[in-house]
Amino acid sequence: MWHQALGPGWKPLLLLALVLTSLRGARGFEEEPSEGGSFQVVTFKWHHVQDPYIIALWILVASLAKIVFHLSHKVTSVVPESALLIVLGLVLGGIVWAADHIASFTLTPTLFFFYLLPPIVLDAGYFMPNRLFFGNLGTILLYAVIGTIWNAATTGLSLYGVFLSGLMGELKIGLLDFLLFGSLIAAVDPVAVLAVFEEVHVNEVLFIIVFGESLLNDAVTVVLYNVFESFVTLGGDKVTGVDCVKGIVSFFVVSLGGTLVGVIFAFLLSLVTRFTKHVRIIEPGFVFVISYLSYLTSEMLSLSAILAITFCGICCQKYVKANISEQSATTVRYTMKMLASGAETIIFMFLGISAVDPLIWTWNTAFVLLTLVFISVYRAIGVVLQTWILNRYRMVQLETIDQVVMSYGGLRGAVAYALVVLLDENKVKEKNLFVSTTLIVVFFTVIFQGLTIKPLVQWLKVKRSEQREPKLNEKLHGRAFDHILSAIEDISGQIGHNYLRDKWSNFDRKFLSKVLMRRSAQKSRDRILNVFHELNLKDAISYVAEGERRGSLAFIRSPSTDNMVNVDFSTPRPSTVEASVSYLLRENVSAVCLDMQSLEQRRRSIRDTEDMVTHHTLQQYLYKPRQEYKHLYSRHELTPNEDEKQDKEIFHRTMRKRLESFKSAKLGINQNKKAAKLYKRERAQKRRNSSIPNGKLPVENLAHNFTIKEKELELSEPEEGPNNEETSGGIEFLASVTKDVASDSGAGDTGSDTPLTGRSSPRRPSAAPQQPLLPPRLARPRAPSPAPPERISSATFASEPGAEPEHRALPSAHARSAAARRVHSRRSFQRPRPRRRPALLKLASLPGSTELPPHALEQEETPL
Amino acid sequence: MGAKHSSEEAWERESRTDLCWEQVQEGLAHAVDFSWAQIKQLHQRFRLLSGDQPELRPEGFDGVPDLASNPLRARIVHAFFDNRNLGKGSCGVSEAITFQDFLGIIAYFRPSLVRAEAPPRDKMRFLFNLYDQDGDGLITLQEYRRVLEDLLSAANPREDGASVRAMATNVAGGALREAARASEHPPEDGESYPGITFEDFVRTWSGIDLEVKMQVSFLNLEALCK
Repeated sequence: MWHQALGPGWKPLLLLALVLTSLRGARGFEEEPSEGGSFQVVTFKWHHVQDPYIIALWILVASLAKIVFHLSHKVTSVVPESALLIVLGLVLGGIVWAADHIASFTLTPTLFFFYLLPPIVLDAGYFMPNRLFFGNLGTILLYAVIGTIWNAATTGLSLYGVFLSGLMGELKIGLLDFLLFGSLIAAVDPVAVLAVFEEVHVNEVLFIIVFGESLLNDAVTVVLYNVFESFVTLGGDKVTGVDCVKGIVSFFVVSLGGTLVGVIFAFLLSLVTRFTKHVRIIEPGFVFVISYLSYLTSEMLSLSAILAITFCGICCQKYVKANISEQSATTVRYTMKMLASGAETIIFMFLGISAVDPLIWTWNTAFVLLTLVFISVYRAIGVVLQTWILNRYRMVQLETIDQVVMSYGGLRGAVAYALVVLLDENKVKEKNLFVSTTLIVVFFTVIFQGLTIKPLVQWLKVKRSEQREPKLNEKLHGRAFDHILSAIEDISGQIGHNYLRDKWSNFDRKFLSKVLMRRSAQKSRDRILNVFHELNLKDAISYVAEGERRGSLAFIRSPSTDNMVNVDFSTPRPSTVEASVSYLLRENVSAVCLDMQSLEQRRRSIRDTEDMVTHHTLQQYLYKPRQEYKHLYSRHELTPNEDEKQDKEIFHRTMRKRLESFKSAKLGINQNKKAAKLYKRERAQKRRNSSIPNGKLPVENLAHNFTIKEKELELSEPEEGPNNEETSGGIEFLASVTKDVASDSGAGDTGSDTPLTGRSSPRRPSAAPQQPLLPPRLARPRAPSPAPPERISSATFASEPGAEPEHRALPSAHARSAAARRVHSRRSFQRPRPRRRPALLKLASLPGSTELPPHALEQEETPL
Repeated sequence: MGAKHSSEEAWERESRTDLCWEQVQEGLAHAVDFSWAQIKQLHQRFRLLSGDQPELRPEGFDGVPDLASNPLRARIVHAFFDNRNLGKGSCGVSEAITFQDFLGIIAYFRPSLVRAEAPPRDKMRFLFNLYDQDGDGLITLQEYRRVLEDLLSAANPREDGASVRAMATNVAGGALREAARASEHPPEDGESYPGITFEDFVRTWSGIDLEVKMQVSFLNLEALCK
């Protein structure tokens, strides 16, 4: 049936396979040309490239096959891809065998375990929905450990029982061989489960339970396999109780050790990505190399490699995603998906190819059929029994339908095959019987069950998963809800799941994130804000698109900076809105994705009262601007409040700072001359930066601006003030200009994790005394050379934060007079107006392609 | 087993003395889903919080160390004394609550036995009351914003008050607009949307499997003991 469906794609594929085999046949005569002593213009050195060439060709074949499968949507919607690949493998294997009469290509355990399995498992771990996974960890563990042991034991023992009854005829195997076979056939296979369940879309809880089980049962499988293999080697009668105890101990060592290795490497990986800011290009490489090392390390220590790489992915995902740049994150995502999907394709195809080998086939009807029956029946019984126990503790009950899907979804796959191939023929006499039975089991589960599980799920009306964007309200409620639940657990004295999660997230925030995340990433990783900004952006775009359609907006979508002003809104709005909207759009057109976060960071760094309001306005307008313009709840109620409060704060700061500067002028502060010299040059640079941009402002505003700026500067740094008072005195305000300029012009592109600005800030104030208390207007002409344009623009923008006090007012300063407040509020009302617009325009003209905080498009993170 | 039995009796005797026994039974009736062991455990907890008093006052919650870091602490404590949640009227706050009341509040979080299609309305109402502090049946922008301030300030400890306020205002505005659009009666052009009503609130939760989430397992270990 699928032959017809493949249609035109089929013939080239066949041809390719034929070419492949004929190339192999050509091996015989490639040596000949080199015999003649004369120089050959063209030599045919097939053997030289043979191995990589064949590998590449196989990958190409598998990938082309994938294309072909997807030509027909009808086929892929019914038949799972894994089944198609197996059949393709069977056909190709048949062709190869027909040409060569030896099965030369098989899935070797080395290939499988070292190269094909790790990318799949890493992909699974790295994109694991952590919250879901840990929420169901208990259930998953029970199924993975007890369930697998149960399956292994019952299948092995039942087969042995039937063997004793004589139904299978004469076989040279004992109880231990049966148990060994049971242990390798028992484990549900992550590759097969992932391949089939990905297309079925069952609800997430069901998926995570089956999938988690298939990942975590690796430790059990490895231990059981190793234990029984060594028992078989020892011989049945020599196995002692001590060996059994050792087996149990080794289970804990293997599983916990593997997990530990994974966690350690995840820690390393997170730590490394924290410092890759200057080697962005190889950043994605670290993710793969270190994860792979975790796999190899635990393999080396004979621990569970799958557990190691799974937990490496699970634990590092949060920090890595926060640390690496947007582009790197995309690279990692795509590379990982590509590797995993490629590996999966190759695995299934090679499973098919490997089956075409008459040498391995030993048929024993009773054994094969009974194995099939037993694994299905015992899986079902196991699931029912365990679910019965689990449902007494689970808050979300697993219902009968879920149990049916779980039993039916117990697919076996390549892990079992690779393990059975690894068996030593000298020790396990009936290896070939095991191999062929395993192949039958794998084919049966993947093809038959894979084919039927989708109709089954539909027929049983299993709750499906719905893929949709989280709504802002849902996110907010979800966040609040977590806190409510953990509070209730605290109050009622339960140590429950919410309690643990709450404690963990506190621990994570306080310690882990500080160590493992960039400082810039730590700042801006609130999911609520991300969702909000994504929604904002979407609405802004749709709004502008709508406007363009109606012809009311004249946006020119070109990346040139001059177009910033070329915005014509029909409705009267603050000009900043237009500038920013077009900025957003321009960014969105030019870059892969617009990073709202960086904008947000800049926004936050602008602490100017009025700018805050403006930006707030901007946000309000951005978000569904037209329909819901007027609302009762709108900020008109709110902003006066805010203004008043902030005016109050500013007033407090003014008073406090004035006092301080007065004090410091009296005390004298030239204590730290060494440091002053050290930072002289840097300071000069900073001074230049801080003064030049102001020159760009309209001239008539200049004087006014600076006087106000001076005063504002006096207000700033109230929190650092008390700490540094003793050493450097109170004239930090000038230093704070330089510092703010430095850090913020940096923050414009690199985020604030440059250690220099952070560390040196406390000392820099000591350099301040030498600076005269001149308005920068006077200082400006001294600036030796104008900075390059970008520099100016960022500094223009950056000079604003310098004007805004960075910290909360001290609660101690309560005294204020109404008059002073009035004066002040008038001033703050006038002040920013002339500057705001140019600054924002400059903001828009900042180089957009610089380092962006990486989250905007990132996957769901756990904390929420 | 005998020891356990006698301790149960002792507890019973004890509780008869300092607790009106009818109340407990009433509470039992109120919270059918709680098992004996759960009630016993919760009563111990209640006594611990109240300092062996029959009534629990808000100060009692100060003794829960883990609660201190919870950004919604004040709200949740308030919910325990909210008359609306206690079924004592449509507004106002009680001075102190009895064990029965305590059990009633906790019962909002018990797993319900039947898996209903829609989330139970009493649970929704409890959550709604957490937001709607003034009891006017609307979550206004102000109320929403205050919740967000609590949440955001906890999640962004590096931010100062003003910027958290600004963020909260922005996000609350966006959330309210979203709710308005999803509302049963979306406001017409020019019409104002006063706040989220209870019906709209239920609607916003429709995407979240509340029945799955709003559950705290209360000492489910007793299944083992029996």
